[in-house]
Amino acid sequence: MDPVPGKSGISRKSFVNWLLGTSLGATLAAALYPVFRFVIPPEVAEAPVNRVLAAKLSELPLNAGKVFRFGSKPGIVVRTATGEVRAFSAVCTHLNCTVQYRPDFQHVWCACHNGHYDLQGKNLSGPPPRPLEVYKVDIAGDDVYVTKGA
Amino acid sequence: MRLLDTLWKALDERLELAPLVEFATHKEVPQHRHSWAYYFGGLTLFFFAVQVATGILLLLYYRPTAEAAFESVQFIVTRVPFGWLVRSVHSWSANLMILAAFVHMFSVYLLGSYAKPRELTWWSGFLLLGLAMGFGFSGYLLPWNELSFFATRIGTDMTSKVPLAGPWLLTFLRGGEEVTGATLTRFFGFHVAVLPMLSAGLLGLHLGLIQRQGMHVPGHLAEEARTRKPLRFLPNFVLREGVVWLFGLAVLAALAAFFPWELGNKADPFASAPAGIKPEWYFLFMFEALKLIPATVLGIEGELIGLGAFAVGGLVWFLVPVLDRASAHGRRSRLFLALGWGVLAYLVSFTVLSFLGAFQ
Repeated sequence: MDPVPGKSGISRKSFVNWLLGTSLGATLAAALYPVFRFVIPPEVAEAPVNRVLAAKLSELPLNAGKVFRFGSKPGIVVRTATGEVRAFSAVCTHLNCTVQYRPDFQHVWCACHNGHYDLQGKNLSGPPPRPLEVYKVDIAGDDVYVTKGA
Repeated sequence: MRLLDTLWKALDERLELAPLVEFATHKEVPQHRHSWAYYFGGLTLFFFAVQVATGILLLLYYRPTAEAAFESVQFIVTRVPFGWLVRSVHSWSANLMILAAFVHMFSVYLLGSYAKPRELTWWSGFLLLGLAMGFGFSGYLLPWNELSFFATRIGTDMTSKVPLAGPWLLTFLRGGEEVTGATLTRFFGFHVAVLPMLSAGLLGLHLGLIQRQGMHVPGHLAEEARTRKPLRFLPNFVLREGVVWLFGLAVLAALAAFFPWELGNKADPFASAPAGIKPEWYFLFMFEALKLIPATVLGIEGELIGLGAFAVGGLVWFLVPVLDRASAHGRRSRLFLALGWGVLAYLVSFTVLSFLGAFQ
């Protein structure tokens, strides 16, 4: 029905269409919002891990490395050829792979896209854009403790 | 036979099937020197059917949890009668399906069959290839072995680079911040429920469009197609397609039997990525290119540039029926033809060179 001259500019038909359209939109939104929220898992409260026992010194020969569990992420502890012990995040800054120590290169290497890091965690070559996060190392007897945020 | 006749009459009376049979018997497939290209879509469909059948069989034993997935696949390949064969066929057929889909796509592209009025067929086919790669990516993780674990870490990390939605996408795909058992359960859901449902719908549309519009004859082959006698769809083309399917089955059976698919070692989230890690062959072109891009280019992270370039490339490929304006008027654009050959040369050379170890 056309709008009545001099009265409101909205016809009855367009009003009903608007009402149905918005109702349909609201119904869809009401159905989709819980779905949208459901697919993202709830945050699980985890005690923050700042310090872990990463390795036993006696198990770590010269020029070798070991990947250890640091909370939910992997870390890597390295004993250099000169006997120094260093630790880094083992998560490659390129695309999230887990790095390893290569005794033949005498530095840290990522197998996924051939990324190289030196013994300070600095990205040497290949695609990694940033250095590895460096952790503080404390040695107590035979125990190698690694602390984050040092 | 009388029983079949009676059944047919009963169905025809209720559903009016005669016009469909009439359509099928009068349908013709044009013949020219490139009509071989018409068989690869059907071959892709054949491998898809094999995937559905073997996938259902694997579902009888597979358990989608981080604790049990690897062991359940191990059980399938070592203890279940013919389990090794069913799993090997499923893995090989997945790869052959992608290969057939690529051949199909490039033949369609290079013959200019994406042109108006077949844009929707091109777009639905593009999306189907995307779904097939999604099947490959999600299925790769399901045995929960070392290679699949790291391939999933890399692949899902790439989605985190998407502007704005990246972090949300990463959490959505992984079911958390890291690749864990939650990711495996999700990927299983995508692999056996979400992707099959989407594929069924799109496949119906794709096949329906082809039936509605008929086979495309490229402009430069129109004269040849006019002078040669077309092939009747029923029974000639169907029988020939059957021969192609039998050939596909023979290749599949030989590969599955003589080169059983490896299971590898169980994934350990706290172990280093093994040397020689590679994704499935159809992601190698991207994998190797990402290796070659420097860490930073003009102050921007190399990986962002690489992934951005692939996203733009994919978009151009998708929009080619619209971008190639000459194609709508039945002409071939040299630029888009060169683009097609260039993309094909890039994909083939990077994949082959990767297999030959040229990027070590």
